[in-house]
Amino acid sequence: MNPAPSVIAFTVLSGMGFGLLAFLGAGFVQPVGWLAFAHWGLGYALAVGGLTASTFHLGNPQRALRAFTQWKTSWLSREAWAAVITLLLLAPVALSDWLGLGWPRVIGLVGAVACFGTVFTTSMIYAQIAAVPRWNNWTVPAMFLSFELTGGALLSGQTLPALIGCAALIGALFAHKTKGDVAFAKRGQTLGKATGLDVVGMASVFEQPHTSPNYLMREMIYVVARKHLSRLWPIAFGAAAVVPAVLIVGLPHHPLTFSLAALVHLTGALASRWLFFAQAEHVVGLYYGQRQG
Amino acid sequence: MTQLPTHTDKKLGLVIDLDTCVGCQACVTACKGWNDQGYGAALSDQNPYGSDPSGTFLNRVHSYQVQPDVGAAQIVNFPRSCLHCEDAPCVTVCPTGASYKRTEDGIVLVNEDACIGCGLCAWACPYGARELDQAAGVMKKCTLCVDRIYNENLPEEDREPACVRTCPTGARHFGDFADPESHVSKLVAERGGYDLMPDLKTKPTNKYLAPRKKDVPQEASLLAPLLDIQATGFAGWLDKVLGKLG
Repeated sequence: MNPAPSVIAFTVLSGMGFGLLAFLGAGFVQPVGWLAFAHWGLGYALAVGGLTASTFHLGNPQRALRAFTQWKTSWLSREAWAAVITLLLLAPVALSDWLGLGWPRVIGLVGAVACFGTVFTTSMIYAQIAAVPRWNNWTVPAMFLSFELTGGALLSGQTLPALIGCAALIGALFAHKTKGDVAFAKRGQTLGKATGLDVVGMASVFEQPHTSPNYLMREMIYVVARKHLSRLWPIAFGAAAVVPAVLIVGLPHHPLTFSLAALVHLTGALASRWLFFAQAEHVVGLYYGQRQG
Repeated sequence: MTQLPTHTDKKLGLVIDLDTCVGCQACVTACKGWNDQGYGAALSDQNPYGSDPSGTFLNRVHSYQVQPDVGAAQIVNFPRSCLHCEDAPCVTVCPTGASYKRTEDGIVLVNEDACIGCGLCAWACPYGARELDQAAGVMKKCTLCVDRIYNENLPEEDREPACVRTCPTGARHFGDFADPESHVSKLVAERGGYDLMPDLKTKPTNKYLAPRKKDVPQEASLLAPLLDIQATGFAGWLDKVLGKLG
């Protein structure tokens, strides 16, 4: 699938933002005054910024409000609702922290759960698509939620949760990669099967239906160079999980340590999300003879 | 709403005969032509006369080479468009309700005024039947020429999809699959019409008919009858004279 910058930014930034908001809401860290404003501000900026980035790939963003109507069937619609509800739920908690109002924390706990619920709905937008075998399994929500946990813990300076997050992330990334690498082949779909021509014989492309790439090919038939894969996967694993864990264990417990670890993690998250899209193969590629099958 | 109807009164769709299709692309052109002027945003082209032309089409015709176990390879032309699935994954993923399946005839349509152009339905479709128009920013797909088939201003013979009406070899058939006595239902029963990628459980309405088995090729040389010609009459006389000269 086409790794569009707007969608990569949307999923990575909003995931990290909701992670930070979850830790703030649950009260793992309870800054006061302007420090609270800065923490909550960063969480809201990342979450809202990510959601805004997602509208950049819309053909008609002025109608985006309509996306709230189909929550009964559409994960994208559910995500819109979950995001707005979560951001509204946590607003009084943020206000209370900033202005020292001392309002009860219980709404914050509910909001923290809602943060994870929101990122789950984001992951299901991709995991539901049967036409993209690499995405169509449980490893996608596992990976998105692990990223949220790790990003949120690093941004809020929580050593133990961050280490748990890094461990979960290594597991989820590994599962997504190993399961994903064989997902397409496991379907057993070939050009011959997709067209039904396998009953006649061995089918191959004689001539493409159009002379230059169309929307389908640009959007769904993205080919990644193998040399890039061999470089990007180690970067994704290392920067997203291994290096941040080493940094927070090895360096003194200081906001600068966590800022550095969070930045390295962000780089890894962007690399892994690029791979998430770029490596995902859509079955329509079979008709163009551009899938191994 | 993007909830799929549990039942549709009719199941309108196409039968595509891969045995008859010659790959002339007339259906592609007729579809583009009709949908440039009526229903919804016109199908746009980008850089049509430049070095990298591209555009929105609702119907594409692939050409495949198929090599049987014995005998020569065959060319099979393969038209690909919306299959108007009963369990259309493109409909349920739509966040705005722009995509819907009609209860009365099962046609899958896009209400372009509600489409935000997120492209998720195109991702959800396994068959590549939806293309986001790059000029209008809305999703385009086969409408089964809903603005022709019920159009009483057209002569009756024109009340079928443009691709079917134009096909010079009769490789495309339009009808109601809910009626077992319809032309399309009978064709599917007779020729073993099949679904594309049935494992994805989309339950397509459109069906494909596989190419028929080729005749057994003649073993003798094609030139065999020419080799012992006994010329008679003028040709015989000429043959004799020329033989003497040689």
